[in-house]
Amino acid sequence: MALLPVKFDLKKRVKLAQTVWFMYWFAVLAGVLVLSMGLFFKIELRKRSELMDNNESHFLPNLLIFMGLVACSINAFGGKVCYDSLDPEKFAKWKAILKTYLVFCVGFNALLLVTALLCFLMRIPMQFTLAEGLRNGMKYYKDTDTPGRCYMKRTLDLMQIEFRCCGNDNYRDWFEIQWVSNRYLDFSAKEVRDRISSNVDGQYLMDGVPFSCCNPSSPRPCIQAQMTNNSAHYSYDHYTEDLNVWKRGCRDALLSYYGGMMNTIGALVILVTMLEVGVTVGMQYVHSSLSSLANPEDPESESEGWLLEKTVKETFTDIMDKMKAMGKGSKVEEGEAAVATVS
Amino acid sequence: MPFMPVKFNLQKRVKLAQGLWMLYWFSVIAGILIFSLGIFFKIELRKRSEMMDDNESHLVPNLLILAGMLACGFNAFGGKVCHDSLDPMKFSKWKPMLKTYLQLCCGFNILLVLVSLLCFLMQFSVYLTLAEGLSYAIRFYKDTDTPGRCFMKRTLDMTQIEFRCCGNNNFRDWFEVQWISNRYLDMSNDVVKDRVLSNVEGKYLMDSVPFSCCNPGSPRPCIQHHLTNNSAHYDYDHRTEELNIWTRGCREALFSYYSSLMSSIGVLVLFTIVLESVDMAGLKYLSTALETMSEPENPECESEGWLLEKGVKETFSDLLTKLKTLGRTNQVEGGDAPETPAAFASI
Repeated sequence: MALLPVKFDLKKRVKLAQTVWFMYWFAVLAGVLVLSMGLFFKIELRKRSELMDNNESHFLPNLLIFMGLVACSINAFGGKVCYDSLDPEKFAKWKAILKTYLVFCVGFNALLLVTALLCFLMRIPMQFTLAEGLRNGMKYYKDTDTPGRCYMKRTLDLMQIEFRCCGNDNYRDWFEIQWVSNRYLDFSAKEVRDRISSNVDGQYLMDGVPFSCCNPSSPRPCIQAQMTNNSAHYSYDHYTEDLNVWKRGCRDALLSYYGGMMNTIGALVILVTMLEVGVTVGMQYVHSSLSSLANPEDPESESEGWLLEKTVKETFTDIMDKMKAMGKGSKVEEGEAAVATVS
Repeated sequence: MPFMPVKFNLQKRVKLAQGLWMLYWFSVIAGILIFSLGIFFKIELRKRSEMMDDNESHLVPNLLILAGMLACGFNAFGGKVCHDSLDPMKFSKWKPMLKTYLQLCCGFNILLVLVSLLCFLMQFSVYLTLAEGLSYAIRFYKDTDTPGRCFMKRTLDMTQIEFRCCGNNNFRDWFEVQWISNRYLDMSNDVVKDRVLSNVEGKYLMDSVPFSCCNPGSPRPCIQHHLTNNSAHYDYDHRTEELNIWTRGCREALFSYYSSLMSSIGVLVLFTIVLESVDMAGLKYLSTALETMSEPENPECESEGWLLEKGVKETFSDLLTKLKTLGRTNQVEGGDAPETPAAFASI
């Protein structure tokens, strides 16, 4: 008893083949989309790899690029087969490979689903990478004369401006590190010497933030220095001042940016998976309806198409038997080979 | 003697019709492109209308939008006519309108020439509007509590960050205005009182710039205050310091942005004019080729197509005589009119 059998006459078969061909071209476009999303994600990770300590995992975008390429080729091949399916001579050359192709398609669909799942789960390692990378980024902010780190200041400033954030968790992170290079500190000044000797590491710490933390929407000119000292500025209370600098931390901002991107990509990959399942089912019907023609010579004869030749349970037991037979077959071969060598 | 005649047989006519149909669809896409560029330009002007004192002229983007829509309409109609030209029955209903259509296309081309000229010439007006608007913007930077100007600070800060510029001509423009609101100045402080008294208008001027002038590419943390005072900062010489703040003026930055936008749109419009002229010439050849078929019943007969029925000089003198007769007919009608009531009266 076949699973989900459907009766086909010539007209229905032609319509099915045309629809499935159309769907395959849509699926090629979907494959191109997955490829371009993978490329876009890779570029975005590269752009800010300095902030992730050059340690970010490119596994997901590489997987997306690979899946996009495979999807394009599989679907183009499927479209060609559908196009030829209406001509019995052309279709005969594809018939032999079709079964393997369909099994391969099922495996590919499962892999697509896994990719979609990964898109949603990769947020977690990204959080740790960003936390580490941003902390180091802030530490190396002042090292504009050290090769390899000289652009850290610019990258961090541009990022804080673009993402409207300040520091790792919030702006107070800037109070805990020295972000002014020693080259620009006058060590003969008493004030500088006092600050440096006031802490264990000998760092010049201050309650100030870089200019890139400033919020342009603030009604008053930006207060960057002596932020916790209310008396240093006229009519200023740092507890109630909301608009002066960006309140959000950059880890939050970057995480929500990348998280949103990955969620969108994951949702699109799920849609592409559904499309792929649809074309696989359609191809199975085309294949089964053309192989079960009542009268192979007459193209107008009736035929029946199905999803699985036997029911799910029987197909499953068949597969298990095949695998066992393969296992036994290799054992018997070994035994025979041993016997052959002995005799 | 027709101007530039070409002999046509059936194959050549079919090829011409097909090629022209494709060209018309290309022109429709060009029309859509001009339309969308007009909308984009209008949005860009609107976005920064505060920098231009709300005084900018929207003539060019409006003309572009109109030209884009007209181009789409004309070219779609032309494509339809081409598509029908191979079927004599369908073509006969379009035949009477073709002459007017070609004259309209001519007029539209003249409009496009005008638009492209304006794209290049209106850049001067944009420059002047920017100069005016930016100097007002810098003056109103501090008025974040005045309705109508409260977003000027934010707009100017974002512009300076985005376009990497500072002030109108350069950063010294900020030294000449008070850009800190009086609400944040402690008037009881001696320093503040001295500064306010030191100039005629009683403004709090200083040699500092807002934070948005800072250059992120500078190796040292941004120096915004006491810019001209070398001793206020360690190891600082304001004459040699180049990377601290943006050295370009915002008028120059904004103008180069808008002028490159307007120039590229102007070049595209010129390209569209060439495309439209080719379309018109092709349609003229096609319509004349179909009209001069030696045997109207036999579609495979030979025919001849041309650009102008008579030579250029003759067509021009014909046009002039037509215009003169139009003028004279009006005068004659004016003379005839008073006679007719008398004639009626006599009957």
